[in-house]
Amino acid sequence: MSNINSLKDLKQGQKAKVKALLSTGSIRRRLQDIGLTEGTEVECLQKSPAGDPTAFLIRGAVIALRSEDSSNVLVLN
Amino acid sequence: MGLTNNSMGIKAVDCGLVIKKMTADDKVIAVAGNPNVGKSTVFNNLTGLNQHTGNWPGKTVTNAQGYCQRKDMTYVMVDIPGTYSLMAHSAEEEVARNFICFGEPDGVIVVCDATCLERNLNLVLQTTEITENVILCVNMMDEAKKKDIKIDLDQLSSELGIAVVGSTARKKKSLDKLMDSLGKLLNDQVKQTPIKIQYTKPIEDAIQIIEPVIRQKIDKDINTRWLSLKLLDYDETLMKALNDYLGYDILSDENLQDKLTLAKQLLTDEGITNERLKDEIVSCLVLKAEDICAKTVAYDKHNYNARDRKIDRILTNKWTGFPIMIALLAIIFWITITGANYPSQMLSNGLFWIEGRVTEAFVYLGAPDWLHGILVLGLYRVLAWVVSVMLPPMAIFFPLFTLLEDLGYLPRVAFNLDKYFKKCCACGKQALTMCMGFGCNAAGIIGCRIIDSPRERLIAIITNNFVPCNGRFPTLIAILTMFFIGVNAAGPATSILSALLLTSIILFGIIMTFAVSRILSKTILKGMPSSFTLELPPYRKPQIGKVIVRSVFDRTLFVLARAVVIAAPAGMVIWGMANITIGDATLLAHCSGFLDPFARLLGMDGVILFAFILGLPANEIVVPIMIMSYMASGSIMELDSLTALKQLLVDNGWTWITAVSTMLFSLMHWPCSTTCLTIKKETQSLKWTAVSFLVPTIAGIIICFAFATIAGLCI
Repeated sequence: MSNINSLKDLKQGQKAKVKALLSTGSIRRRLQDIGLTEGTEVECLQKSPAGDPTAFLIRGAVIALRSEDSSNVLVLN
Repeated sequence: MGLTNNSMGIKAVDCGLVIKKMTADDKVIAVAGNPNVGKSTVFNNLTGLNQHTGNWPGKTVTNAQGYCQRKDMTYVMVDIPGTYSLMAHSAEEEVARNFICFGEPDGVIVVCDATCLERNLNLVLQTTEITENVILCVNMMDEAKKKDIKIDLDQLSSELGIAVVGSTARKKKSLDKLMDSLGKLLNDQVKQTPIKIQYTKPIEDAIQIIEPVIRQKIDKDINTRWLSLKLLDYDETLMKALNDYLGYDILSDENLQDKLTLAKQLLTDEGITNERLKDEIVSCLVLKAEDICAKTVAYDKHNYNARDRKIDRILTNKWTGFPIMIALLAIIFWITITGANYPSQMLSNGLFWIEGRVTEAFVYLGAPDWLHGILVLGLYRVLAWVVSVMLPPMAIFFPLFTLLEDLGYLPRVAFNLDKYFKKCCACGKQALTMCMGFGCNAAGIIGCRIIDSPRERLIAIITNNFVPCNGRFPTLIAILTMFFIGVNAAGPATSILSALLLTSIILFGIIMTFAVSRILSKTILKGMPSSFTLELPPYRKPQIGKVIVRSVFDRTLFVLARAVVIAAPAGMVIWGMANITIGDATLLAHCSGFLDPFARLLGMDGVILFAFILGLPANEIVVPIMIMSYMASGSIMELDSLTALKQLLVDNGWTWITAVSTMLFSLMHWPCSTTCLTIKKETQSLKWTAVSFLVPTIAGIIICFAFATIAGLCI
């Protein structure tokens, strides 16, 4: 059983595997550089106090992404 | 916040990448690495320099270079900005890549964070594609050990085909091995063949088509395989840098053009568009890194960063995040105010005692009055004021803030505030540049380089001055204490009250930052918030002793030097203006009289406004100039305490409205001259420098005018 969601839909503590990146241009490259490539496991750590951005655990590093960007990362969970 | 002698003020302005060798034999070594992996610490320990370090990504924004001698070799070390990649998506990456590719370094040290090796390896692999002489320095081995992360360095070395050295950069000794390996490598005692990244078949085939042509064509020492790949993945900035380096346009070669068309056709036939080509290149690198890590790194504890997550859950919690942020700010101010009291009083007593003795000496020697006036009442007094009133709060605030920075708290501030920056169509990293502004606005402006979008960077530059720098705090504190706390009041309650009042002023400055950022985004800097990624680094124990020694030492020397260079001549000028009479009044009275009607509208008087204008070179001297001007107009007295100072101000017509207006204007007026010059360098534009000058000034005038008018009506 697997559903395709975006990274934005992950709840705190949930893990998922990256399926595809929808973003283009330099942010796409940046996301790939920090390790968001197909098959990478990502864990949602927590939202910022104001609800956005959200911190994710990506390949051992904690990276915060704004909802506009995390909604462009498709994941399987 | 790079607030040392080297990195602050005008010296911090980057002079580009000009390598200065001491002798022709010096080997040039680039120190590269991901952001926030302790690169600067490695660099400092190797070169003995004091490049400021801090626990947040993007700390190194200028290219520092230093010298280092080991055995019979001498090296020029170049600290290049931290990057995740060399594919140049941002200004820093471009600088880093261009230096590694075309700066002809003899070797590259890539510094990695042992606790996050996999992500870091991407950069290592990209570097080995460009040059063979790469050494991997796996830093923070101590923290990896604490987190039970085991790294097989030998295995890593054979996987990568380069020398790998483990280190704990805070301990100098652990870098000896690094320099040994470097020496061996550069003396050709070892020959290393770095791993060759295998790309997908179509890409490899395409490389095969063009690489032979490039090999023929290029006589310089560039990795041709890498260059072929880069020609396929056409990148404008790289082509420009390459052509500059070669001195001719490589694509003007017809043979190469034909082959390139052929290779691109091959890729297109396989369904590989330009976008997909970039994707596949990155994927191959990332997968290789993953593969290497799987073979070399073992995590004994699965939840090795559980402690950090716990702290984060408190510091960035929905309910406690903001209160803790404000409380921390208030606590820092409280310690600053309380701690500065005693040394300030002592310094002031001491310095004015000396003034008395010097005056006696002048009288004894029969020196003329004007000489005594210009040297003692002019030069010496301003110096004494800067040292006794301004220096202690600065010397206390700075190390405290540095501790927070070393701990890794600042990126959390950016994380907490980002949503509000997004609402203003700005970047969350602006919070980091504001934090640097607390130390020095010029350092804050340079820090704005961490913001990728040019529009958002300009917003951060223009609004940086709404954060009062270290040179403006003491002014705010002194006025607060005199007019709102009562100079004779004592006990913890009063200092807590002043800390809270100061915090409110800072919060007001932050609100102004948001408001002005939003206005800019809707008017002259229109645009949508751009994408960005913000790394939240692991918390690290700050090196308390080192921070205190370093900042007190650097800071004290810096302020003293500035006092001598700027405050002393200003003191003489002011004394001169107060004593040269034209017509029926002194020059000073003419100037402040001229400004007076306008200044009154803003709730101040001509003297205050004139002091702000003369304070352009350094905010530290605004209060001393005011005092000097008031004293010159009559009342001669011993100014040895805040009580006496308050009396002087009240005698000259100060009310609480004057005090608030002066504080507001101190928070919002033109940036100091150093900051203006830095803005000019950073934006390369007179227009934006002028905007950065005018925006806070106009904001200050409007707010002060509104306040003075409303307060005037209320009384």
